[in-house]
Amino acid sequence: MPVQYYIFLSIALFCIGVMGVLMRRNAIIIFMCIELMLNAVNLLLVAFSKMWVDAGRVDAASAQLFVFFVMVVAAAEVSVGLAIIVMMYRNTHSVDINILSRLKN
Amino acid sequence: MIHLVWLVPFLPLLGFLINGLGRRYLSKSLTGVIGSGSVVAAFVISLLIFFEVRTPGFAPQVVTLFDFINVGSLHIPFAFQVDQLSALFLLIITGVGSLIHIYSTSYMHEESNEGFARYFAYLNLFVFSMLILVLGANYVMMFIGWEGVGLCSYLLIGFWFKNIDYNKAANKAFIMNRIGDLGFLLGIFLLIQQFGSVTFTEVFAQVPGIGTGSTVLFAIAMLLFIGAMGKSAQIPLYTWLPDAMAGPTPVSALIHAATMVTAGIYMVARSNVIYSLAPCIQAIIAIIGLATALLAASIALKQNDIKKVLAYSTVSQLGYMFLALGVGAYTAAVFHVMTHAFFKALLFLGSGSVIHAMGGEQDIRKMGGLKKWMPVTNITFLIGCLAIAGIPGLSGFFSKDEILAHTFGYNKIMYALALLGALMTAFYMFRLYYITFSGKFRGTHEQEHHLHESPAAITLPLIVLAVLSVIGGYVGMPEVFGVPHFLAEYLSPIFAPSAPYLHAHHLSHALEWGLMGLSTALVIVMILWARGKFSNYQDAGTENTGIAKVLENKWYVDELYDAIIVKPLMALSGFFQNMVEKAGIDALVNGVGRGVKWGSGRVRLLQNGQVGFYIFAMVIGMVVLLVISLFL
Amino acid sequence: MGIQQIIFIVLSAIAIAAALGVILSRNPVNSVLCMITCFVAIAGHYIMLNAQFLFVVHLIVYTGAIMVLFLFVLMMMNLNAEIEPQKRNWLKYAGAISGGALLLVLVAALRDASMPAIQSTSTEIGLVANLGKTLFTSYVVPFELSSVLFLSAMVGAVVIGKK
Repeated sequence: MPVQYYIFLSIALFCIGVMGVLMRRNAIIIFMCIELMLNAVNLLLVAFSKMWVDAGRVDAASAQLFVFFVMVVAAAEVSVGLAIIVMMYRNTHSVDINILSRLKN
Repeated sequence: MIHLVWLVPFLPLLGFLINGLGRRYLSKSLTGVIGSGSVVAAFVISLLIFFEVRTPGFAPQVVTLFDFINVGSLHIPFAFQVDQLSALFLLIITGVGSLIHIYSTSYMHEESNEGFARYFAYLNLFVFSMLILVLGANYVMMFIGWEGVGLCSYLLIGFWFKNIDYNKAANKAFIMNRIGDLGFLLGIFLLIQQFGSVTFTEVFAQVPGIGTGSTVLFAIAMLLFIGAMGKSAQIPLYTWLPDAMAGPTPVSALIHAATMVTAGIYMVARSNVIYSLAPCIQAIIAIIGLATALLAASIALKQNDIKKVLAYSTVSQLGYMFLALGVGAYTAAVFHVMTHAFFKALLFLGSGSVIHAMGGEQDIRKMGGLKKWMPVTNITFLIGCLAIAGIPGLSGFFSKDEILAHTFGYNKIMYALALLGALMTAFYMFRLYYITFSGKFRGTHEQEHHLHESPAAITLPLIVLAVLSVIGGYVGMPEVFGVPHFLAEYLSPIFAPSAPYLHAHHLSHALEWGLMGLSTALVIVMILWARGKFSNYQDAGTENTGIAKVLENKWYVDELYDAIIVKPLMALSGFFQNMVEKAGIDALVNGVGRGVKWGSGRVRLLQNGQVGFYIFAMVIGMVVLLVISLFL
Repeated sequence: MGIQQIIFIVLSAIAIAAALGVILSRNPVNSVLCMITCFVAIAGHYIMLNAQFLFVVHLIVYTGAIMVLFLFVLMMMNLNAEIEPQKRNWLKYAGAISGGALLLVLVAALRDASMPAIQSTSTEIGLVANLGKTLFTSYVVPFELSSVLFLSAMVGAVVIGKK
């Protein structure tokens, strides 16, 4: 099975994530779309890992560990990000990103 | 003694520093002692050096003090060159300088304490710069001194800086000198480019290798001569010197007659090898020198300011010196520098004595009959006039005769013109003498009451200079008298390298006697004519007409320069100021500022705070970058 | 067409459909549920690619923890209702167009890339033993640093939440 399949799948998921970020104004949805983009990249990393293992490379475990670290960072990011969104909701009673269009007040 | 040569310029520098820094605290007598003493001490050392240099077979010595400029292959040390020429100039500068310093202690005594000290500080600085100029072992050192004397000249012409006219005269002198200095500077650059060195010994060793007729050598010679033109007041850059008489009279004597203005002659004499190899530049020098001599002499015929007459006379005599340089008579030029320093300093100091007695009056029409009150000044001034006119037995006769004889050998027509100039010299000098010293006093009663002989500090230098003016010529007597030409022998090592390129003109003894007799006879006729015309001068008060008016107005050269250079430049700068700057540059600068302000006002709106818009812009940017990196 | 390709197509279809659901559904809760579906499909791909450890971690961390956290926040804010105002449509179209442009550019760029194919054989590289050995030998420093990152994220979340 050509690795291009996975590449195109990843591109599709990534671009859907981009579109979501651009089209939606709900901060939580945007956040989820960012997660979607991260997962698209993760999927690609894993596919490449498999590809290189099949091609005879023995150190391909690094790619999977990279995915592991991406998950770690994503988890940390989500915890902080959601805390910020909660704060934002508490102050503005909205999660619309366009409400926060001014630096002051 | 040679290794102590640095003391010669150092002592005046020390005097300058003490007088300049302590001008508020020093008394006048102390200032005078420091100022004069430093120069007198320098004179004593110069004398000792001279006696050492005089010994036959003395080889020029270079005393290197420290490295001045070391860039790549170019080495310019701060070094002094002691040889026959520089030793002679040392003597002239410090000797005449000492006398003038002593004279100044009395002449400037009416200044305030501070002004007195300032005056002596400038004067010492001038002596220092002039000594650097003649002692420097390379062209850059010479240029340092050259600029230094220019600065001091500026400061001293504008010494009474509260008078706006004096400031203008100072500016004129400075700016005119800048034109010449630019030529000098370009000449130095060309020397560096051509020879990779500016040290005299190295350059002169390389010059004969280039051979006569080289274009670059012509260019160097011409550029250096342009520098000399400015400093030594030759056509077309001479008009600053008469205006420079705005300074105190001793300054005119020292700077604008005896020393600084001869810097150009010194430079050409120093570079004689270069000039001997550039015969067409020599011809230009001779023509310019002769033209200057005639023009200035003709102007001097009709001037009524005692110092202006002497100033034009100086310009004229400088013209003679350049004529001598141009015809290859380097020894004669240096000889004339020396004798001229004596008698012109004497004449200026004498005029200073007269002005002092007249309470600042400089117009000779308001003087007359002064010999009754000022016997010493009268006698010494008369000696100065006789010397400059060229009466046999006095110094001016020998030096001028030598120049005329060489000119005769070079070109007969130039000889005739030079003789004409010499006759005019005799005429205007005796016109000046008779109007000033004989006849009846024409000033006010108050001035008449005030008339007195000057004090000893003034008369003593006059007497010394008068003696020198009489005997100074005997070091260079013509061959026909059967006495060796001491000066020529003394200077022969300096001018030996250029001897092969010069065509010596040997005049027969009979011809030489004839020329001498002719010039002497004509000069005496001129003196008698002047005596008949002016010994009982009465100011008729009529306007001059015709040629006399032209002469009185100095051939309208200042007006001509004003019309062809100053006015168009002013118009051009006015155009630049009003049109180019206001409408062009200002508009451009303001337009850029306004454009940025307007643009930022528009671009500012992009920062609308909408995160969606930012992300959108970011994605667009990413797409563009990807397209560029992947497909282009 | 082998069984693997069939599974791949099915999982891909589910993933893309669920992803579209995330961005198109009006109700945020539905978005989260679609997202979970999408992640499960991606986890299926991990199994297909012999990344067993990542499959487990993915299910636990993403589907189990992160998405539940999202859901929890949504419910806490009571955002299940339709609250997003529907104006500024041009921004939506612009977003869709620029996302599509990105898709086109990437696909066009990578269409002709030649790379080794993925074999249907199974490997053991994705097992916990293998990954753990690499993680605690070659990647021990990043691993420790990630713990610091977690700590700081925890502190940050607490600080922000307390304000």
